[in-house]
Amino acid sequence: MSVAHCGDFRQSYRDDMKVLETRFVRVSVGAFLVLLYIFPLLASNYLTSTMTTIGIAVIGALGINIVTGYTGQISLGQGAFMGVGAFACSYFMRIAHLPFWIAMPLAGLATAAVGMVFGLPSARLKGLYLAIATLAAQFILQYLFIHMDAVTGGSNGIQFPPPEIGSFVFDGDRSKYYLTITVAISAVLFTTNLMRSRDGRAFIAVRDHHLSAEIMGVHLFKYRLLSFSVSAFYAGIAGSLWGVYTGYISAEHFTLTESINYLAMIIIGGLGSVLGSIFGAVFMTLLPQFLTVGTGALAQIFPKIGFLIMSLKDGVFGIIVILFLIFEPDGLAHRWRLIKAYWKLYPFSY
Amino acid sequence: MEFYIQLVISGLVLGSIYALVALGLAIIFKSTSVVNFAQGELLMFGAYFCFAMVVQYKVPWFWAFLLTLVFSVLLALLVERLVLRPMIGEPVISIIMVTIGLSSVLRSIVTAVWGTQIQVYEPPLFPETTVNVMGIPISQVYLWSFGLSAVLLALFGVFFKFSKAGVAMRATAFSNQVALSMGIPVKNIFALAWCIASVVSAIGGILIGSINGINIQLGYFGLKVFPAVILGGLDSILGAALGGLIVGVLENLSDGVLKSAFGLQGIKEVAPFVFLVIILMIKPYGLFGKKEIERV
Repeated sequence: MSVAHCGDFRQSYRDDMKVLETRFVRVSVGAFLVLLYIFPLLASNYLTSTMTTIGIAVIGALGINIVTGYTGQISLGQGAFMGVGAFACSYFMRIAHLPFWIAMPLAGLATAAVGMVFGLPSARLKGLYLAIATLAAQFILQYLFIHMDAVTGGSNGIQFPPPEIGSFVFDGDRSKYYLTITVAISAVLFTTNLMRSRDGRAFIAVRDHHLSAEIMGVHLFKYRLLSFSVSAFYAGIAGSLWGVYTGYISAEHFTLTESINYLAMIIIGGLGSVLGSIFGAVFMTLLPQFLTVGTGALAQIFPKIGFLIMSLKDGVFGIIVILFLIFEPDGLAHRWRLIKAYWKLYPFSY
Repeated sequence: MEFYIQLVISGLVLGSIYALVALGLAIIFKSTSVVNFAQGELLMFGAYFCFAMVVQYKVPWFWAFLLTLVFSVLLALLVERLVLRPMIGEPVISIIMVTIGLSSVLRSIVTAVWGTQIQVYEPPLFPETTVNVMGIPISQVYLWSFGLSAVLLALFGVFFKFSKAGVAMRATAFSNQVALSMGIPVKNIFALAWCIASVVSAIGGILIGSINGINIQLGYFGLKVFPAVILGGLDSILGAALGGLIVGVLENLSDGVLKSAFGLQGIKEVAPFVFLVIILMIKPYGLFGKKEIERV
């Protein structure tokens, strides 16, 4: 049972396309999945619900990584798109009385449509200008959240009915966890497979060199729009799950800060990497928790500067982002690859 | 009718401040190809520093103003050296993200030092009495802000056209490599661009602070400037000035018209962004921006 191949031993295309190459990897991923599913039986409710938020963040981060990391179109509107998903899902459930299982994909599609509208400028723009267009999307959508009272409940927010199967209602921490984690695992699987398909390779081609891609027969506009809508679809699903998680949604959550958080996740985790999205989501969800605990403890020791420490929390986030960009620009996923490469041939590393 | 004239006037004043801040953004983009998402925070920092001087340390306005300018130059040098210089040559997304990180660091420092309450300059920078211009009362803050912005914009226009440093900056904007081989210290030019941007934003911050008071929301001003720079063309200084004025007036007019016609509340906050999306779809490189000739 080899841990990882120490060279290139692939003999067929089938080998080449394998996601999990050796038995060791297959076993450990399997064990990790089992661990994920028995996790809530072992851990406290607090940990379980933290894991739920990580699951939601993973879905959102995968979405923004598809558009930003793989296709190279910077998106500053992921937070607002999550909001569209959450409000749409709640609307379908309350007004159209659809069950959650239909409302969630529908909300995803609705968000994809909205994402496509704001992706339209990508017909003529790229890079920077597009980033500013998505920034505009963020503000316009935020305005709509507050002022379309009928759908979003205005500034008060609106209720999000819990999903049900028959008589079983998903309203406990554990049931929400299982729902989120299942969707998150399918999202990871779907993204991994998407990137092995023609469409995924087209995304990467558009990112790497748009003119070459066009010459190779990749329709630029089509694939940019597609990546925007797929990304928004993920955001819509993540938003719906966020609604399930909190049970009550309001415009306050889906701000520019949230969008920036998602962008920070994939930069810290690693652009254009599924694993990176997961690392980034875990890191950025746990960081505020640790900061809250840390600053709380510090504030107890030095009560006089408590206010100061609390307000520096935001700054620590900024410093971490800056430090990562300067010293680890390829993200945690790259560091992970380096660690793997080191142990692959250990102790004969050259 | 007078209502609309008032709207246009306050729009022009707001627009002239937009133009100032947009000038800073355009200068940085033109010479270093960095889009600075922390522009609003530079503005806020300047406004707060001036507040500290005038209100907390009772420094006379003239000296306080000068000290603020010195401080914003130092801040810009620090930021450029520590944060932006290591990022030279990195992809656009990393640079955008690093300025976003910078903005949250600056914001948290301001919150830590000055708190989050709204503050006003006391004594005010300009007299509070109004003057009549062709029968319409206008407060002096407006006149002064507009005048000062116009003078500064003209000054920088002349600076770029004729001074040696200005020509060097334009050369750097044209091509870093060519400028370097002609003996222009490109890194110093980058630092200079940040200093100018920081100084004009600090002045903008003081002006907007004397009109509306200063609080932590001032940082959003930097984001609301984007429609102005996009309309003018991201790399054009004349464009920044015109774009600022147009967006300022449009913002105020749309607020007045839509509020009275359709009862839309708070449209002012979002109108520039709707406008921005429309510009991007019709004329993505703005009125004066350099067109990149290629099919995308």
